[in-house]
Amino acid sequence: MHSLKHAFAYPLAMLLFVASASAADSNTIIIKKFMFNPMDVTVAAGTDVTWENQDGEPHTVVSLTNDFRSQALDEKDKFTHRFDKPGTYKYLCSIHPKMVGTITVVAK
Amino acid sequence: MTDNPSRRRALQCMAFGGAGTLFTLSGGVLTPVALAQGAADKAPGVPLFLQISDTHIGFNKDANPDVPGTLKETIALVNAMKTRPALTIHTGDITHLSKAAEFDTANQLLMGLKAGELHTVPGEHDVTDGMGTEYFGRFGKASDNRGYYSFDHQGVHFIGLVNVMNFKPNGLGGFGADQLAWLKADLAARSSSTPIVVFAHMPMWTIQESWGWGTGDAEEALSYLRRFGSVTVLNGHIHQIVQKVEGNITFHTARSTAYPQPQAGQGDGPGPLKVPADQLPHMLGITSIRLQRHHLSLSDTTLA
Ligand SMILES: [Cu+2]
Repeated sequence: MHSLKHAFAYPLAMLLFVASASAADSNTIIIKKFMFNPMDVTVAAGTDVTWENQDGEPHTVVSLTNDFRSQALDEKDKFTHRFDKPGTYKYLCSIHPKMVGTITVVAK
Repeated sequence: MTDNPSRRRALQCMAFGGAGTLFTLSGGVLTPVALAQGAADKAPGVPLFLQISDTHIGFNKDANPDVPGTLKETIALVNAMKTRPALTIHTGDITHLSKAAEFDTANQLLMGLKAGELHTVPGEHDVTDGMGTEYFGRFGKASDNRGYYSFDHQGVHFIGLVNVMNFKPNGLGGFGADQLAWLKADLAARSSSTPIVVFAHMPMWTIQESWGWGTGDAEEALSYLRRFGSVTVLNGHIHQIVQKVEGNITFHTARSTAYPQPQAGQGDGPGPLKVPADQLPHMLGITSIRLQRHHLSLSDTTLA
């Protein structure tokens, strides 16, 4: 069993870590007029990337390599995924496959 | 219109012209017949089936804030027909966001349709959860959860195909190799005189490449169908009527019961088109298909 003191301290440390990471490295991709903007984004490993749909038509964010997948995002809906591993991640909208984008994750 | 319009062009104009044009298919050529309000009841032949499409339950934007309402109106219109067909085909986008609650509402409303057995294929809006769990949980039985299947009704061979689950980046809709192999085998033993109806969500010919209004591997499917004397390809997806005739194959897209979309290539993309409220019922509707001997005739009816 964990001591009471330990159980208390652990979530607090996590909370601080999440808060500082998202403030420092957050990236937002706007979905508008049937495009991901910007289409190509480069981030450091550990970054949260957020997509926000500003079209009246729903869109999705679907990895071509099954690494991440959003639900259907209606107008103003957001989807966030944290990219921990360096690499190139291509994705498309599964409703409009003409819409494509790439996230490049580089080592910190 | 040009000074000397071709027959096909005249047909297209009439089709765009709107409410209730009856097309009689004869040897692969569509012949338009003037159709007064409610005349679908007096049209010759047997009512074979009804096509409903793009109900988009869950949509709630300006282009139509009451999508369940217009579906109810559509259902009332069908239920008021004197002779109702024995089956209904829904060509997909039953829901807007593939949510369980949207499917439940759609199911409940569609159960009120007194037009026989309901057959469906999914649209891309129905399978945004990836595996299509919500769709297949409700509509997967007929196809053993593959989505594509065939059946016979009144001597006509019906084939439902799925072209919304095999997308390639930058691509159009797609069937994929497994489904094409199945289709080839399904058609192999059939006599060329069997009338064929193919239904799938996305158009099986390219209407607007940049908007993804087409199916990348449709040509392969069509190559199996060309030997048949009467083939009717029914699609949805584009929320408006566009049609063409190629040899013995008639292609026709249906209106939505939810909201119209812009004509191909006009504007930012294939999103909802906001029209004045009094025009909306003229842009929503269904397609009825009747059987005359070995020919199918299509008629499109709007809500107003
Ligand atoms: Cu999209």
